[in-house]
Amino acid sequence: MSVLELKDVSISHVQGLEKNTVVHDVNVSVKAGECFGLVGPSGCGKSTLLWVLAGLNPHWSGGIQLLDQPLKPGKVFSGELRRRVQMVFQDPYASLHPKHRLRRALSEPLKLLGYQDIDDRLSEGFKLVGLTENMIDRYPHQLSGGQRQRVAIIRALLLEPKLLLLDEPTSALDMSVQAEILNLLNELKAKRDLTMIMVSHDPEVVDYMCDHAVTMKAGRIDKETFYD
Amino acid sequence: MIDSSLQSKDPLEKSTKRIASGFRLPYWLNTFNVGLVMVVILLGLALLAPLLSPFDPNLQNIQDRLLAPDAQHWFGTDRFGRDLFSRVLYGARPTLILVSLVVILTVPIGLIVGICAGYFGGWTERVLMRMTDIVMSLPSLVIALALVSILGPGLMNGALALAFTSWPSFARQARTETLSIRRSDYLSAAKMQGITGWRLIIGHILPLVLPSAIVRAALNLGGIILAAAGLGFLGMGIQPPTAEWGSMVSSGSRVIFDQWWVAAVPGFAILFASLAFNLLGDGLRDKMDPRHDK
Amino acid sequence: MTNNSSLIQVENLHIGLEDGTELVKGIDFSMGRERVALVGESGSGKSLTARSLMGLLPASLHVQANRFELLGEAVLAYSQRQWLQLRGKQVSMVLQDPKYALNPSQNIGRQVEEPLVLHQSLAKKTRVEKVEHMLDAVGLPNPAKLRKLYPHQLSGGMGQRVMLAIALINDPQFLIADEPTSALDHAVRDQVLELIASLVEERNMGLLLISHDLQQVADYSERVLVMYQGQLIDQLPASQLSNATHPYTQTLWSCRPNIDKRGQALPVLDRGALATLTEGAAK
Repeated sequence: MSVLELKDVSISHVQGLEKNTVVHDVNVSVKAGECFGLVGPSGCGKSTLLWVLAGLNPHWSGGIQLLDQPLKPGKVFSGELRRRVQMVFQDPYASLHPKHRLRRALSEPLKLLGYQDIDDRLSEGFKLVGLTENMIDRYPHQLSGGQRQRVAIIRALLLEPKLLLLDEPTSALDMSVQAEILNLLNELKAKRDLTMIMVSHDPEVVDYMCDHAVTMKAGRIDKETFYD
Repeated sequence: MIDSSLQSKDPLEKSTKRIASGFRLPYWLNTFNVGLVMVVILLGLALLAPLLSPFDPNLQNIQDRLLAPDAQHWFGTDRFGRDLFSRVLYGARPTLILVSLVVILTVPIGLIVGICAGYFGGWTERVLMRMTDIVMSLPSLVIALALVSILGPGLMNGALALAFTSWPSFARQARTETLSIRRSDYLSAAKMQGITGWRLIIGHILPLVLPSAIVRAALNLGGIILAAAGLGFLGMGIQPPTAEWGSMVSSGSRVIFDQWWVAAVPGFAILFASLAFNLLGDGLRDKMDPRHDK
Repeated sequence: MTNNSSLIQVENLHIGLEDGTELVKGIDFSMGRERVALVGESGSGKSLTARSLMGLLPASLHVQANRFELLGEAVLAYSQRQWLQLRGKQVSMVLQDPKYALNPSQNIGRQVEEPLVLHQSLAKKTRVEKVEHMLDAVGLPNPAKLRKLYPHQLSGGMGQRVMLAIALINDPQFLIADEPTSALDHAVRDQVLELIASLVEERNMGLLLISHDLQQVADYSERVLVMYQGQLIDQLPASQLSNATHPYTQTLWSCRPNIDKRGQALPVLDRGALATLTEGAAK
C-alpha cells in the first residue's frame, strides 16, 4: 500500500508575472512504513518538493495522492489530512516560536483538537524522545540544539501523524548530536509504524537511514535507489 | 600555581581595559532610567496637582497680574493674575490624558492594519497600505485642525484628530515585521499543526510585533505632546479657562517682550514632557531591540 | 613538535565571562607549520580558542594565560592597532558561511584586493595581477571576469574559495579555518578542505582547522586536538585516530552514519560517564 503517489508533479515559483519551474515531472511512489530519502545539492528542488507535501506550498501541478486522498493544487490541507502529515524542520533554532514556552507550543494544537489528557500526552512525549519533563516550562532559547530538535520531534508526533517529513533534520547539529537524533528517529519508526520522508544533502545519512531514495538534480529525478 | 599566575596578569589586563573603554558613566545613568524618572515625575505632578499647587489655577486676581516670579508666585502670574506654577501643574493633566487617548486609539488600529496587510498579502495588502500611504502623506497638524474645526474643539476631539493622522507609522512597521516573520519556520510549523487565522495572528504574530510597537509609541509620544500643544496654541484644544500648556504659551506670547516668563514657563513644561517620553522611548528601544544592543 | 620554529605557544589559557563563568578552562597547546584539527561539539570552546588567537574576542570576555605567543610574540597584551598589523598579514581566518562573511555590496576583486591595499604598497596593476593569480590558485575559473562579480552571483563553494583567496593573498604564515565547510553542500566539502590543505602545504603555513566532524577533517590534518566543555581532553596524530583510547574521541570518530552501519544504532556519547572523566582530569 502506498502512502504517497506522485504523478508528473511540477512545482513553480511565481514572481509577479514570471513563472519559474523548479521541479519537473517527478514520478515517485512511497510505501507505508518506508523511510524515503530525497538527496541532492542545494537548489535541486528537494526541499521545494517536501514543502508541497507538507501542504505549505500550493503552487504545483500534476497528480498527488497522499494518504489515499487525491490533492488539488492551490488548496491548503485541512482536517484529518492536516493532522496526519507533520514535519521536523531543518533549523531547530528557527522552528520553535521564540516567545512561547514549550508547554504552550506543544499543547496548543492538542487543545484545538479537543484532547482532555494533554499533560499525560506531553509527559509521554518527553519520555519518548529522552528529555526530562522539568524542561517543559522553558523557552526554546534555554535549550541546546539537540534538545530543541527533540522538542520539534515531539511536537510532530503528538498529532499522531502517518507521514513524518524531515527537512534536513540534523544538518544544523553537531556530528555527535546527529547520531543521537538519527538513532531516535529509527527507534520511533520501529515503535510507531511511521512512514518518513527525509530530505538531506548528505548521501551518507540517507544511506544509513532510508529504505528507498531518489537523487535529484536540477529539479528532476536523477537516480532511484532501493536498499534492501 | 595557577592562581598566582592569574594575579600577576591581572593588573595589566585591567589597565588596558580602562584605557580602551575611556570615561564611563555609572551603570544606572542611562537613557531609559533618566526618561523613566522624568515620566514618573510628570505623572506624579499631574496626579498630585491639587495637593502641590499653592493657588486655585483658575482664580483670577487682577491686582496681581503679570507679576515676576517671587517667593509667593514661584513662576509669576499671567495677565489675569492667575498663579503660573499652579496652572502648569494642572496643565499636565489634559496633556497626559490626551496623549494616552491617542496611544490607546492608534496602536491597536496600526497593529491590526499592519499585521493584516503583512499576513494576508495580495489585494488586502495593497488596499490597506495605499490607505496608509494616503493618510501618511497628509499634513498631520493641518488635518487635525480641520477635523477639530468640524468636530468642535475639546479634549476628546483633539485626541481623535491626532489619532487619525498618527496610526500609519505603526501600520507600516507592523507590516514590515509581519512580512519578515511570515515565512519563518515557526509559523509554518504552527500552520502544519492546524493553527490558522486569528489564532495564529493573535497568539503567534502579535507577541513578536508588539514590543517594537510599544517602543515606537513611546518615541511618538514626544511628537504627540508637541502636536497637542500646537492644537492648544491655535485655540483648538481644551478651551480656556482650563489650564493647558499650548494655550498658556499662546496667551503668554502677547506679552512675551515685557513678561517673558508667562510664555516660557509652559514652554518649558512642554519641553520637559516631550523630552521625557523621547528618552524613555530611546531607552526602551535599546533595551528591547537586540540590534541596538551594545 | 615536528617543527622547532613554533607558530603558536599557549599555556594555561582561560577564557571567561565577567561573572566568572569559565568557557575555556586552562588549555595548553603548541603548533608549528603543520595542519592541526581542533575538534569538539558546539559550546566546547573551540571557536573561542581560535578567535582568541586572532584577537577577535568581544571585550566582555576575559582572556588570561601564562603564555600566549603567536609567531614568537606575546600577543595577549596587544592593542587593536597592533592586531591590525598582524591580522590579514601574518595570520588570517576563513569563516563558516561565505554568504555572511563577504560584503554583498562590493565586487569580488575589491574584496580580495583589500588586504593588499592595507598591508602592502603596490601599484594598482600589480595588485590586479596578484588578485587574478590568487583567484586562479584557489581554483576559480576565469579570474578576470570573476573579479567583477558580486557575492550573490557565486555558489557557496565558490564563495568559500573567494574567502580563502582573501585570507591567503598576503602570504600569511598561519591560517585558521573555523568550520569552513559546514555551510556548504556535502559534495563540495571535500573539495574545499582538499584545497585548503594543499595550499597550506604548498606555502609551508600552519593551519588550525576547526570542526565538529572529526572523520571529515581527519584526512586533511596531521594532528588532532579534541575539546570538550572548555577542556582539551585529547590530542593525537590523525593517523592514530582509529586506535584512539579516549572514549570521547572514539565516539566522535565513529558516530558518522554510513551504509555499513544500517540497522545498527550509531555510537553516542555517554555524557554522564564523560562528566566524571573530565572532572577527574581537571583535578
